[in-house]
Amino acid sequence: MSQIHYLTTPLSDEDIMNLKAGDIVYLSGTIYTARDAAHKRLVDLIAKGEELPFPLRGAVIYFVGPTPPKPGDPIGSAGPTTSYRMDSYSPTLIEHGLKGMIGKGKRNQAVKDACKEHKAVYFGATGGAGALLGKLIKDAKVIAYEELGPEAVRELIIENFPVTVINDAYGNDLYEEGRKQYEVKD
Amino acid sequence: MREIAYEDIVKAVKNMVIHTATNLPEDAVTKLKEAHEKEKSPVAKKVLEQLLENADIAREEKRPLCQDTGLAVYFVKVGQDVKVTGGLLKDAINEGTEQGYIEGYLRASTCDCFTRENLKDKIGYNLPAIIHIDLVEGDKIEIEYAAKGGGSENVSRARVLAPAQGKEGVIEFVKSVISEAGPNPCPPIIVGVGIGGTFEKAAISSKYALFREAGQPHPDPEVAAFEQELLEELNKLGIGAMGMGGTQTVLAVHVEKNPCHIASLPVSVNVQCHSSRHSHITL
Ligand code: SF4
Repeated sequence: MSQIHYLTTPLSDEDIMNLKAGDIVYLSGTIYTARDAAHKRLVDLIAKGEELPFPLRGAVIYFVGPTPPKPGDPIGSAGPTTSYRMDSYSPTLIEHGLKGMIGKGKRNQAVKDACKEHKAVYFGATGGAGALLGKLIKDAKVIAYEELGPEAVRELIIENFPVTVINDAYGNDLYEEGRKQYEVKD
Repeated sequence: MREIAYEDIVKAVKNMVIHTATNLPEDAVTKLKEAHEKEKSPVAKKVLEQLLENADIAREEKRPLCQDTGLAVYFVKVGQDVKVTGGLLKDAINEGTEQGYIEGYLRASTCDCFTRENLKDKIGYNLPAIIHIDLVEGDKIEIEYAAKGGGSENVSRARVLAPAQGKEGVIEFVKSVISEAGPNPCPPIIVGVGIGGTFEKAAISSKYALFREAGQPHPDPEVAAFEQELLEELNKLGIGAMGMGGTQTVLAVHVEKNPCHIASLPVSVNVQCHSSRHSHITL
């Protein structure tokens, strides 16, 4: 049965081990945005042994490319983008302390394995709920790679941001299990 | 010959673009409400609730429904007895699109295929629009518009089947496309199926099928029955809202059927996510 959790970042191993695929989490605190281009740079920095623009330990990364903010707003509409484009980079980040990713859509086996091995989870946010999710972002500022425009790394302050656990640290996958439960076989 | 000024087209298109980004049309809202009522999975029900709430927030606070504000796609029917003065119709539509995307604080999402460089400074903000023009009777211009996101385009597929594969082959192909897509196109979705014609005719028909009011059956009862059959088949997949498992994966199936060559059976499947942002104007 799906449980509801309220968590604040950074996330600990204990937080992660309490989560099961299908659980709903209301997330608060600081998270970071990154899409493909920024991921590539982060992974390059790790390879060179250099410091990252934000602390990876316990961090949560949100895959998002928001609309431009209206005057007075911290950010525009900000729902998740499709996650598979980050699959080749996520395992390295997880190895180095990343605890959560927020996106939409399927991940590959390497990401699922990394979640299991290093205690991390993949959260799904509701794709296309950009207006609702954007409103739950209380502050946003670019902290790296400004030249990448919508792909720059932003630090976001979120409050009770609703996400669902898709891949937990036990190897479960809500996309597979949920579907099996409701599939009708002739 | 009736005349319509270039500037009037620009203005009308701009207003339509801005309005559509924040107002989920009534037909889509109705379908989402129906799905919410019928859904058996509590997790999926919760997602559908969020989508309805999102539509309310977007409308009331004029925030874009989704951060992917799409490529601008148009089907334009130009009456033979109308003339655009002061410029080209295509330019007017593009200019209205650009102004709407800038003034509405929408995202510029067009880029070069290979360098992936954003084209907002080279060609224009979210330009070029995708414009299909048809010549019809009368002295009016009808412009149908969709803001089409990338997630649901990415899972769309076309294939030319062998004639012997027939109806069964079409069902199997459509099912395989939607099954493979799973959570990626932001279900619940609307599925446009173009059957027959040539390769490109099938593809354009599948796109145009999505411009029909959601759930409006095809006027030909035989095609309408096929739409219903496909809908039931697809909802057996169990994908559910956002792919988290559920009974309501597909809100509607729209089929457009064309005569085809004796040697072939083209089929195209174009997927529309739940953020079905459509509008039309007549000038
Ligand atoms: S598929 Fe549709 S709802 Fe989902 S992110 Fe893309 S445009 Fe938005």
